[in-house]
Amino acid sequence: MKRLLTLAVSGLALTAAPALAQDVTITNAKVVIGDGSAPIEGGTVVVRGGSVVYAGPASGAPAGGTAVDAGGAWVTPGLFATVTTLGLADVSAVGESNDITANGTPFSAALDASAAINPTSQHILVHRAAGITRAATTTMPAGSIFAGQGAIIDLDGDRKPVMQARAFQMITLGEGGAQLAGGSRVAAHVLLRASLREAQALVGKTFIPETTEIGKDDEVFLSRFDAEALVPVVTGQQKLYVAVDRAADIRAVLALKTEYPKLDLVLVGATEGWLVANEIAAAGVPVIANGLNDLPETFEQLGATQSNAGRLAQAGVKVAINAATARDPRRLQQVAGNLVALNRVPGASGMEWGKAFAAISSVPAEISGMGGKAGVLKPGALGDVVLWDGDPLEVGSVPTKVFIGGVEQSLESHQSRLRNRYRDLDESDLPKAYDW
Amino acid sequence: MFADKTMSARAGRIATLVSALALIASATVADAKERDKDRKKGKDEEVSAPAFAATKAGDPVFASTYKPFPNIATAIRGATVFDGKGNRIDNGVVFMSGGKIVAVGGPDTPIPADIAVFDGTGKFVTPGIIDIHSHLGDYPSPGVEAHSDGNEATAPTTPEVWAEHSVWPQDPGFTRALANGGITSLQILPGSANLMGGRSVTLKNVPARTTQGMKFPGAPYGFKMACGENPKRVYGARGRMPSTRMGNLAVNRETWLAAIDYANNEDAKRDLGKETLVGVLKGEILVHNHCYRADEMALVLDMAKEMGYRVSAFHHAVEAYKIGDLLRENDVCSAIWADWYGFKMESYDGILENAAFLQREGACVVIHSDDANDIQRLNQEAAKARAAGLRMGIDISEATAIQWITYNAAKAMGIEQMTGSLEAGKMADVVLWNGNPLSVYSRPEKVWIDGALMFDANDPKRRPVSDFELGQPGEGDVK
Repeated sequence: MKRLLTLAVSGLALTAAPALAQDVTITNAKVVIGDGSAPIEGGTVVVRGGSVVYAGPASGAPAGGTAVDAGGAWVTPGLFATVTTLGLADVSAVGESNDITANGTPFSAALDASAAINPTSQHILVHRAAGITRAATTTMPAGSIFAGQGAIIDLDGDRKPVMQARAFQMITLGEGGAQLAGGSRVAAHVLLRASLREAQALVGKTFIPETTEIGKDDEVFLSRFDAEALVPVVTGQQKLYVAVDRAADIRAVLALKTEYPKLDLVLVGATEGWLVANEIAAAGVPVIANGLNDLPETFEQLGATQSNAGRLAQAGVKVAINAATARDPRRLQQVAGNLVALNRVPGASGMEWGKAFAAISSVPAEISGMGGKAGVLKPGALGDVVLWDGDPLEVGSVPTKVFIGGVEQSLESHQSRLRNRYRDLDESDLPKAYDW
Repeated sequence: MFADKTMSARAGRIATLVSALALIASATVADAKERDKDRKKGKDEEVSAPAFAATKAGDPVFASTYKPFPNIATAIRGATVFDGKGNRIDNGVVFMSGGKIVAVGGPDTPIPADIAVFDGTGKFVTPGIIDIHSHLGDYPSPGVEAHSDGNEATAPTTPEVWAEHSVWPQDPGFTRALANGGITSLQILPGSANLMGGRSVTLKNVPARTTQGMKFPGAPYGFKMACGENPKRVYGARGRMPSTRMGNLAVNRETWLAAIDYANNEDAKRDLGKETLVGVLKGEILVHNHCYRADEMALVLDMAKEMGYRVSAFHHAVEAYKIGDLLRENDVCSAIWADWYGFKMESYDGILENAAFLQREGACVVIHSDDANDIQRLNQEAAKARAAGLRMGIDISEATAIQWITYNAAKAMGIEQMTGSLEAGKMADVVLWNGNPLSVYSRPEKVWIDGALMFDANDPKRRPVSDFELGQPGEGDVK
């Protein structure tokens, strides 16, 4: 336990003070704090030593640092994408480049995404250019209900992408979990409880675990290493993200708290969450909600509606937007913008602009244990600042400058290079291959 | 799973074969009896018509039964109008009556005094949005195995299958596409497992008890073809041809040659697959070719020249921007996404500027969905693609971006004489948006199909609910 905590703290320390951080003062900005408050016109953001020291009206800003005149543009904290696979695959359909899933491994809960994050993945470069500066990234469940342990990463492309390894464990229940556990929800719940009990038995033990493996035929459902990996889950030291959609399945997850009161639960997906919003709110469990799912794509999503996130928020639930169902995380801004659009649809529940932005910045950061550090422009926060060419929730808006930890980032990628090469089709002198 | 499916498909085919043989046998007996009867009656020896016969090849079958729903003469006044052909009218008037567009113009456009008039101030009007690439109904929600009807993935070429025979009209996805996306027409295509996936069907996005009740009257059929990774992966994995891209082309060419022989042989026995292929050769059926890579599109264009057919549109043409000139010269549309990239090898070079670079070359751009979620936001996808062009200094008007999801789609589907733009005499397929449709903050407020109000955000009872959703959580909810 102590070892895990130490690692987490040192991970933060390494990235909190980047070597090349600039002192920057951004003026004449439409400043979005990211905490749900309304934008501030004519605001100033000051970053020193890699951290935010001021964000607010120009009048209160300290002087100094490189001056950047935003020219009235929107300036926001970097977006925080949660439940992503950034850095874990080059091309998801190209198996050998894909570290997101591992059907062939006997391990499950012990899987640790931090071991394989590629900081120069094109997906990291593309999403950095889309204003995402930090992300919760994780392997996905494939051979087991346990997806493994996700990491909090930054997208600055340096040699240390991992801010916090093993930040959360993710499991899937519902229909997906049922299939992985041997065929039914009932089986999945027994496997989960059995696993937690094995982990409970290992609390405080420092020797090599001797837990009995849970297996069937050649398949291992839970190895002793997986049981050990679940120790911080049962002690509440590591968050447990549970992917689940049906209202009844959500209730079953909330009920786990009566058996394992220390579980630090987070619901992921929660398509039918609006049907049990008050219960989720009463349990104090945050939700990383599917933003725009409105189709009964499965029998556990019959109640799907785009108003889910808005209704949950109205009930007092802390709601972040799930990047995993947004096709690519760079659509987070579009999803949030659509939630704002719902405010003008009769009978629908959306979010006010500030709250919708917070659902892709400060709220997912808080859920990830990065409250006050990421997704927000407040003194002491990481110097992740994005300047935009338009309203950041409007489709088509993109960043013009991205700072991570006070360091201005390149916005180049494979895509931008292709764009530049094909800005015309002129090959009168030489083929396009010479244009680079 | 696949093995099981193949087995049951085989069993099914054998059963069909047996009953077909029985039918032929009884038909033969009947024919003989009939001839005997004729002889006895002393009639001449001329062979009479067979007692059993299907309708002739080319006769209309599975014909549309769609009839426009009742409409009232309606005008929208004071809105910004994008007409679908690249024009914008500020403070415009759109007047529809009898299911048709009657007049579109500026504030002085005359409208009768006794009709329903909506104040469109601050709102926008577009033609009904058209998705050229959808699998609604063929891969419906819920997406359970029992509903998986989009790919007849049992042979690399299945030109004999028709997507309409898989459409489940109760797919709730149709209603979402209407309410959130303003979709009034859409093309349902077979999937891309096969080089030749079969016929597509164009539908009016009206709820109906039967697929025939949705079929777009007078729309030509499309024919789905697929390049690249999918066919070679699906069949290569089974140890059969094609397993390579060169195999893809070889199988295609052999199939076309056989179709040409069939077309030239007046005595050939009816063959459903070849009838479709001949329809393509005659230009009556429009080719929609799933093809990501630039080099493969160029090969397909040459194959089409070799065999004597036209490609109407390349779908998922992620690399179209590399050959915008070639596509313009061949008058082929590119049906594309705004931002999908990197999920498979042949999508690795996807860029946001694809549509804009095609527009720069004067090539035809269509924004498509291929997705039950994105079909609800084609307007937003078009906006993203336009914005990427503006950043590169390519001047693309908002009205042009709307053309990508209306008239250009209609043109590539062969229905542009009937819908896709707001012009007098065309079908009154119209969307009234509560704001600029190229903004994320706007949604359809009202949608008319052939002049009938099929969705109204202000009236919960003008929100269709499919049979599947009755009595389920969220029935009739905003979606």
